[in-house]
Amino acid sequence: MPIPEPQFDDLYRELLLDHMRHPRNRGALENPTHRLDGVNPVCGDEVHIEVAVGDSEVRDIAFSGLGCSISQSSASMLTENVKGKKLQDIARLRDHFQAMLVDGADPAPDLGDLEAFQGVARFPVRVKCAMLPWKVLDEVIEGAAPAPQGDRQ
Amino acid sequence: MLDVERIREDFPILHQQVNGRPLVYLDNAATTQKPRQVIDALVRYYETDNANIHRGIHALAVRATEQYEGVRAKVAAHIGAANPSDVVFTRNTTESINLVARAWGDANLRPGDEVVLSIMEHHSNIIPWQQLAKRTGAVLRYVDITGEGELAIDQLRAIIGPRTKLVTIVHMSNVLGTINPVGDIAEMAHAAGALVLVDGAQSAPHLPIDVRSLGCDFFAFSAHKMLGPTGVGVLWARPGLLESMDPFLGGGEMISIVRPEESTWAEVPHKFEAGTPNIADVIAFGAALDYLGGIGMANVRRHEEHLAGYAIDALRSIEGLKVHGPLDPERRGGAVSFSVPGVHPHDVSTIVDSYGVAIRAGHHCAQLLMRRLQVPATNRASLYIYNREQEIDALVEALHEATRIFARADSRTAVR
Repeated sequence: MPIPEPQFDDLYRELLLDHMRHPRNRGALENPTHRLDGVNPVCGDEVHIEVAVGDSEVRDIAFSGLGCSISQSSASMLTENVKGKKLQDIARLRDHFQAMLVDGADPAPDLGDLEAFQGVARFPVRVKCAMLPWKVLDEVIEGAAPAPQGDRQ
Repeated sequence: MLDVERIREDFPILHQQVNGRPLVYLDNAATTQKPRQVIDALVRYYETDNANIHRGIHALAVRATEQYEGVRAKVAAHIGAANPSDVVFTRNTTESINLVARAWGDANLRPGDEVVLSIMEHHSNIIPWQQLAKRTGAVLRYVDITGEGELAIDQLRAIIGPRTKLVTIVHMSNVLGTINPVGDIAEMAHAAGALVLVDGAQSAPHLPIDVRSLGCDFFAFSAHKMLGPTGVGVLWARPGLLESMDPFLGGGEMISIVRPEESTWAEVPHKFEAGTPNIADVIAFGAALDYLGGIGMANVRRHEEHLAGYAIDALRSIEGLKVHGPLDPERRGGAVSFSVPGVHPHDVSTIVDSYGVAIRAGHHCAQLLMRRLQVPATNRASLYIYNREQEIDALVEALHEATRIFARADSRTAVR
């Protein structure tokens, strides 16, 4: 029986690779209200996020960092998906993103194009890469919403 | 040349499929697999000889003690040490180095004294000295590497001076594969009145070791990187040194006479083996040493030198791929780190794993070296006695797939 070729289309979706090559909102803000840093000490991935929060809303956001395609594309897509959103909506988005990756839940409708990360759930050691930018943003989110229940990856 | 196919028959774990393909295990610098002989020794000990050592009068205790001490003698013979009593069993290389930092360093270093080390050190040969420097006021002096990934020996010569109390250096780099000229370094250090510690975690499994010809004062390594079980490390010290050092840990087994306020210590090496040691794993390590002895370390080295050369050539056939460290297999071991252009090491590892190939991605506990190489991380394939050319081919095939996936992203975005 021939061995099937491994398929990576699911993990490295086109959208992900596009964000890796052409990160959105990469850089710094002039007047951020928060400067946040996250490092994954096991692999060395870094994500730095600057946010301007006003009226419980993310007015502007930028990121920088270095690391694998998953962590950096996740950071890029995070910025697109939270800009202009209320912190409580972002908290829900974060919970749905985590549920999809960690618990293998079907993507919730509000995830939109973040659904592209669904394939990462099949690679448990890479889940932390996709979650890293969201963990970095937690500090801002937690300012507005109670900490979610249950295990955190 | 080794009869690799016959050797492979001794390693049960190698005969499995991972992700639908035969396992290709190329993460030997992290830990090696265990031959049936080592697994059997572990089981046999628990089934027939298990007892605590050095105390009992009964038959089992005598058998266990004899086997445990017998392995100490085997270790001494394996590394060319004159006396088994200069061999201390620890948990791992890290603990061996910490033992020296605590038991020797605390007593011998004064403010301004210098500990010389290199930027290619594993964190286990950096952090204990940083902690020691904090406790004593000693200063750390780092030696750089050359563009070829070898130790900057002229710089080392310039740094070693009257304030140098210890030169602590890796024998074979776990990232670059570089083999450092430990004998020359020991001469330089001794001329300045300093001692030399050699981190042999990567060299003891792969090279014939003779501590007397190396000329070092301490030699540290781990069993699990040379076919043995996890949880066993070795510290060898030049005769007389251990006697001059105070114990590292206090407790049972390491005492002679205990009085309410003060006690006297057991003879070396028992002075440094407080508490019940890892008896079973030490005894199984003896089987690993027998196995390597049966092959011969010179043959191990010859096999790996050939395979490292093959791997370096095969990897460099991938366009733009960079191999870190010396390219000449005579100057290096079988730990081959590389960077694939345009693909992050973690993405490489995930893709390669889908082909059943186990390699490492990350900073390899060498963040100073990563910074020096200006890479966030690398991939590393590391070889041992059971690896074959066809496994290198499987790795290279998987790497081609990794570059294809990410090149696809490039070409697509180019026409956006």
